[in-house]
Amino acid sequence: MNAFKSKRCELAEAVADIPSGAAIFVGGFGGSGIPARLLSALCHESKAGDLTLINNNAGAGDPSFNALVDTGRVARIICSYPRMPGSQNIRRGVEQGRLVVEVMPQGTFVERIRAAGTGLGPFFTPTGYGTAFAHGKECRVIDGKGYVLEAPLRADFAFVRAALADESGNLIYRFAQRNFGPVMCMAAGVSIAEVQTLVLPGELDPCQIITPGLLVDRLVKG
Amino acid sequence: MQTLTREEMARLVAQDLPDYSSVNLGIGMPTLVGRYLRPESGILLHSENGILGMRGLEGDETPDPDLINASKEFVRLVPGASIFDHALSFGIMRGGHLDVTVLGAFEVSSCGDLANWSLGESDPLPSVGGAMDLAQGAKSVWVMMDMQTRDGSPRLRRHCTLPLTGQGVVARIYTPLGVFRVAPGGFVPVALVAGATQDLVRDQVEGDLAWPDEIAVISRQQKEAA
Repeated sequence: MNAFKSKRCELAEAVADIPSGAAIFVGGFGGSGIPARLLSALCHESKAGDLTLINNNAGAGDPSFNALVDTGRVARIICSYPRMPGSQNIRRGVEQGRLVVEVMPQGTFVERIRAAGTGLGPFFTPTGYGTAFAHGKECRVIDGKGYVLEAPLRADFAFVRAALADESGNLIYRFAQRNFGPVMCMAAGVSIAEVQTLVLPGELDPCQIITPGLLVDRLVKG
Repeated sequence: MQTLTREEMARLVAQDLPDYSSVNLGIGMPTLVGRYLRPESGILLHSENGILGMRGLEGDETPDPDLINASKEFVRLVPGASIFDHALSFGIMRGGHLDVTVLGAFEVSSCGDLANWSLGESDPLPSVGGAMDLAQGAKSVWVMMDMQTRDGSPRLRRHCTLPLTGQGVVARIYTPLGVFRVAPGGFVPVALVAGATQDLVRDQVEGDLAWPDEIAVISRQQKEAA
């Protein structure tokens, strides 16, 4: 068998080098695909503060995400739809000036991440043209259609959840758990996946792999 | 005059959706449409989070946490369904691959502008989600909405007063009074409930209103037969 380097590590170890000021992609749409164990480890095993958390639903009410916000360790949240059950603390944080929430159309949110991960620069999207989301941005009409220029969105780390991985980092997701996982793994400096089942390389059908292992740096089981 | 309930509006939308089309139902009233789709219509429902081909739970089916729609309601896949990532899902939307999206709305203008994501107040958590991508990208944008606000201001207007979701995007509007098209001449009634006279409709619409010779009447019988 070809040699491989196992990317498996313990939860505390996986988040140990995340510094204050880091920007972190957090996968998940609603509760599906939320990397709850990694968020919990960041909350309890690390003291990093001044964090930027990038999640479509501003944590979607995940208890550890909320605990990070409540203990003042989150400076900024980037999202598309923060108004979720259990987001009252985020509303309070914004009202009290402790927290900045940046909102953008969901397709722009994901495409900015995709652009960062696939080596593209800023891109023109028709979404948001003629609306408040175009203010202060370069707009252009090309062949009669209006577009807004949007910049790639990177992060230092990505936390994603998958159903199945091999120890070299190849990931398979379960149903709609996939959502932001593939793009976030591509656009982060260090990608960390929490997976339910971990097997040896060769045990997964290569045709079924959604995120290739070279895009994943660390694996935790749980 | 008896106006349409939300369920009756949803049933009308379900009847009008083309067979074998791909459709995204927005959060709120539009999700009701799913209940009235006939399996033989072959319609595939799309959800932002990477699902094409789903239906609501039936009877005592167990919820699966990894099968939810954009409203975070539990769903089931139908035969022929597919799962994809979020970037592809929004590529499908922006790329014009969805036949119809049905959205809720606060206001629609007579030139088809849509306002459905913000009440314009200083909201600490403005939440736009996928509304703008759907409004911009779907081949046809249909709207389900009330004719007026609670205090009687028209929601079908010459110009939207609330922050826009998209410009010139709305094709059809389903309201408690009936169905309108948005055309160069303004709002055009297609089918109205019995008793919805020109004066009565005029009174509830602010923008340009056309009045074609042929306007179908939505009767109780038709509603029951649907």
